[in-house]
Amino acid sequence: MMNHSMKNQDINLASGTMITGKWHGKSYQVIKCLGSGAQGTVYLAHSPAGRVAVKFSKDRSQATTEVNVLKELQKVQGEPLGPSLYDVDDWVARGRNISFYAMEYIRGLPLVEYLKVKGFDWACILMIQLLKDLERLHREGWIFGDLKPENLIVSEPGFRIRWLDVGGVTLIGRSVKEYTEFFDRGYWGFGHRKADPQYDLFAAAMILVYAAGRKRFEKQQDSKKQLLEYIKNHKRLSSLQTVLNKAITGKYTRAKDMRDELLQQINETSSPQTRYYNKPVKPSRKMQQKRRRRKRGWMAMLVLGVFAAGLYILYLKLYVM
Amino acid sequence: MKKGTLKQILLITDGCSNQGEDPAAMAALAKEQGIAVNVIGVIHDHQSDDSGIREIEDIALAGGGISQIVHTKQLSQTVQMVTRQAMTQTIKGVINQELQNILGDHETMEDLPPEKRGKVMEVVDELGETVDLEVCILVDTSASMKSKLPTVQEALLDLSISLNSRMGNNQFCLYSFPGKRHATNKLMAWTPQIDSISSVFTKLASGGITPTGPAIREAIQTFSKTSRRSFLSDDESFYEESGY
Repeated sequence: MMNHSMKNQDINLASGTMITGKWHGKSYQVIKCLGSGAQGTVYLAHSPAGRVAVKFSKDRSQATTEVNVLKELQKVQGEPLGPSLYDVDDWVARGRNISFYAMEYIRGLPLVEYLKVKGFDWACILMIQLLKDLERLHREGWIFGDLKPENLIVSEPGFRIRWLDVGGVTLIGRSVKEYTEFFDRGYWGFGHRKADPQYDLFAAAMILVYAAGRKRFEKQQDSKKQLLEYIKNHKRLSSLQTVLNKAITGKYTRAKDMRDELLQQINETSSPQTRYYNKPVKPSRKMQQKRRRRKRGWMAMLVLGVFAAGLYILYLKLYVM
Repeated sequence: MKKGTLKQILLITDGCSNQGEDPAAMAALAKEQGIAVNVIGVIHDHQSDDSGIREIEDIALAGGGISQIVHTKQLSQTVQMVTRQAMTQTIKGVINQELQNILGDHETMEDLPPEKRGKVMEVVDELGETVDLEVCILVDTSASMKSKLPTVQEALLDLSISLNSRMGNNQFCLYSFPGKRHATNKLMAWTPQIDSISSVFTKLASGGITPTGPAIREAIQTFSKTSRRSFLSDDESFYEESGY
């Protein structure tokens, strides 16, 4: 996407390509491309340590920053926050130095895909998991920064939310450099881009907003009012309105508080809606209509039956008596 | 350690200049005085004017800055990204210079082993966060830009949010071109925050003049004023008017 002089190279590797690091001498054999975006390309590869994900960044400074972040995340106790980092090196190919790093390959379904097939209930559960991890990250003095479905994955087996891309992780007190408009507090006019836990919690709330409608929308004139109204009027979000509003207006200073209240809210609210996963939206609506039509048919039959019975009774009364 | 101030000119334009000095030459002149020139080319969806795009790239190359061609919609994110990346580029340039002085030959950051590179990058990030920044924003308000100006305004407000979230201090000033009597027209004097520029672009220049080169020349002048202003803080207005 960027077209400036810091641009690294566009990488396009065939499966089977061998990559050997210049400094540490480890070798990787490319299996397939896992994904490619504005930031770079990630390949699945064989390594002496098993299957790994190898990332080539378009911008070398960005790659170095990401590696620094992954190293920091590894210091945090408990379940891993980001993918574990295996190796950082340069690959000399065609006379050029191409920097890359190898990390844990997380098997699973990207959150965006997951939300498409599973219901909103799942989004809430995954959010509760996510908030627990965010609490741990915040306690170490960092925030996630560019928190959005694309940077998250639901690992299999186990259905646990994991962090895929941690390029936006920022020290608390510094400025958020990487963000995505829909999930950004600054875009909606709810505050600055200085890293604080509230910045992440705003984005977390927006992930639920996105999951409920399965779409992003643009801000309008009065963006703050627009967003709060949207939540209030949305059938899946209105029950979570209290929690979402607090997160959006920066009332939670800790992820734990948001998690506790969200958990309580979900426990109290049973979902009255029919589950919609695995069913395309349109046909199911049609089916509902059909059902309604059939119901109307039954009603008509019933009325007709009662009417006929009435006539019969009248007939009996008039002729028999 | 006393950190200097990063100085940038941010040029937002949609097309070819047609009056005065070569804009790339003026950008090179800015670079010589420690000012990086970044260019954002806002284009129409159907526009494929190669010469306009080449001019945009040349200005940034000559000015030691970054160029980016965007469609109007992506402007906000691009403006802050370009400004950021230009800052990093300048800081890395300075650090590479230092490394070469220490290590000799042509050693740059990229020649260091990954572990050391990571340490240097931490310093670059730290400096990018804390260094003071002065940005002179130059907006092309020739007739063809008219429909894009509301988006430009929004992008600049957004830039202010982003940069003011940093730890370092910022100063912005805003000029449009062409101006009435000069190449540029001052819309906003040096200020730490772009708060309300809602009605700033009301006066649009008509006619086909796009004096990009002279506009950059005048933008360079605004920086010498800031350094003088820091000594004579009470006399802002006098120095801002006297430059022409």
